[in-house]
This record gives sequence, C-alpha cells and structure tokens, in this order.
Amino acid sequence: MIELITFLILIGVGYFVGQHFESQHYASIKAREKQTLHIPLMTFGAKQTLPHAHEAQMFVGSVVVANDYFKTFSASLRNLVGGRMVVYESLIDRGRREAVLRMKEEAIAWGASQVINIRFETANIAGQQANQASCVEVMAYGTGIR
Amino acid sequence: MTSLSRPVNLILTTLEGVPGKEIIEHYGLVQGSTIRAKHVGKDIMAGFKNIVGGELKGYTELLQEARKESVERMVKQAQLLGANAVVNVRFATSSVAPGAAELFAYGTAVKVQ
Repeated sequence: MIELITFLILIGVGYFVGQHFESQHYASIKAREKQTLHIPLMTFGAKQTLPHAHEAQMFVGSVVVANDYFKTFSASLRNLVGGRMVVYESLIDRGRREAVLRMKEEAIAWGASQVINIRFETANIAGQQANQASCVEVMAYGTGIR
Repeated sequence: MTSLSRPVNLILTTLEGVPGKEIIEHYGLVQGSTIRAKHVGKDIMAGFKNIVGGELKGYTELLQEARKESVERMVKQAQLLGANAVVNVRFATSSVAPGAAELFAYGTAVKVQ
C-alpha cells in the first residue's frame, strides 16, 4: 500500500513539475534561438574554400538531459505496444537544441560570423538496468569562422 | 568549455583545412581519450533529477571536463609530432561499463603556414 502511494506521488510530482520545467526550458530555448538567429549554422563547409574567413576555432556545446518519472513510466507502458515514443522525442529535441544553442552562444562570444560543418553526437550514459531512467548526453560541435 | 583550445596555441577545426591558411604538411591521425566514472554525490543528485526530469548539470560538467582532457591529450600528441593545427576533429562517446563513459576525440594533425 505504502509502495503504491509513493509510486503515485512520484508519478504526480514527475508529471506536474516535469511538465513545468519542460515548458520553461522550451520558452528559454525559443527566446535564445530568436536572439541568435543572425548567425547561420551549416552542416557543410568542410571542403569549400572560405575566402572571407581569417580565423577558425572549434566550439562544443553539450548537455545531459534526463526524463522525469512520469515519462519513464509512460515509456515503459509504450514499450508493451510499440509505436511512437512521444515522451522521448521531446527529451532529445530539448537536449539537442540546448546543445546547439550553447555552441552557438560560445561562438558568438568569440565573434564568429557563421558556424560551419556542425556534427551531432548522442550517448546514453544511464546504467544498464532496464528500470533505470534514461539519461542522455547530446553534444553539438562545429567550427566558428570570422 | 570556453577554454577548450585556448591554453595551447594550436588551431582546432572540424573542417578539412584551416580557413585562410594552407596546409604544408600532414602528420596523420592523432587521438585522445579518457574514461570517467560517475561521482557518487552527483549520482544521488541525478537520482532526484530523474523524478522531475531536465538537465543534469553535474553530469554535463563532468563530461565537459572529461572531453576537455581528451582534447588536451590529442593536442599533446599533435604537438609532439610538430603540428600547429588539428583538422577534421571528431568526437565519439561510448559507455564502456555501467556508470562509466569513454570520451574520445580524434583528428588529423597538420602544419599550416
């Protein structure tokens, strides 16, 4: 009985607090994306000659994000029937956009006019147990030129 | 990670060359890696975070620090070869054991004008 109550409390806290944090995070991401819109990001540029570039430096942005209790639980239910895991999609999306923003903000602070040849990398750093919540590291790296 | 390439005067890029400069010599592949385990205190904090979700700042810092070290190792190797730039840098991450992660950086050491 006590276990059930703790479980329900954790689900409730995970749902409400998690959702609150997520919407807050998305609001901050959207605001910062708008702010940094003037610097173009590209996934190409490795082979081009860049006559307007005088200096180049590598920038890395990374973030470790975790799912909340409610999402972990609903994902384990989703595992039974298969299909789209919407709860995980928003987690990775948040992480990736945050990582790109960190890289971009660093590049802007350095004075970059654009960031080229961006690459992404994702790693699962959670424990191997199946019941453990997933915890994903997302990183973005590219070369800023000025 | 602002100081990723600053303490050393070596150019790091993810491009196939250095803009505005010409490559005069290739030294081949250089690499650096480090394996980090989780910190118990940080793990407890992460356990709390798993209830509400969001960013795990402790882990972010841990991995950034580790990545910096792997880049430094790669840079050291490049400097030993006499290079002044590492081009086409790539990163890879793998979890080798529960609670430990390997951070790996590799690139091509070159000399530019």
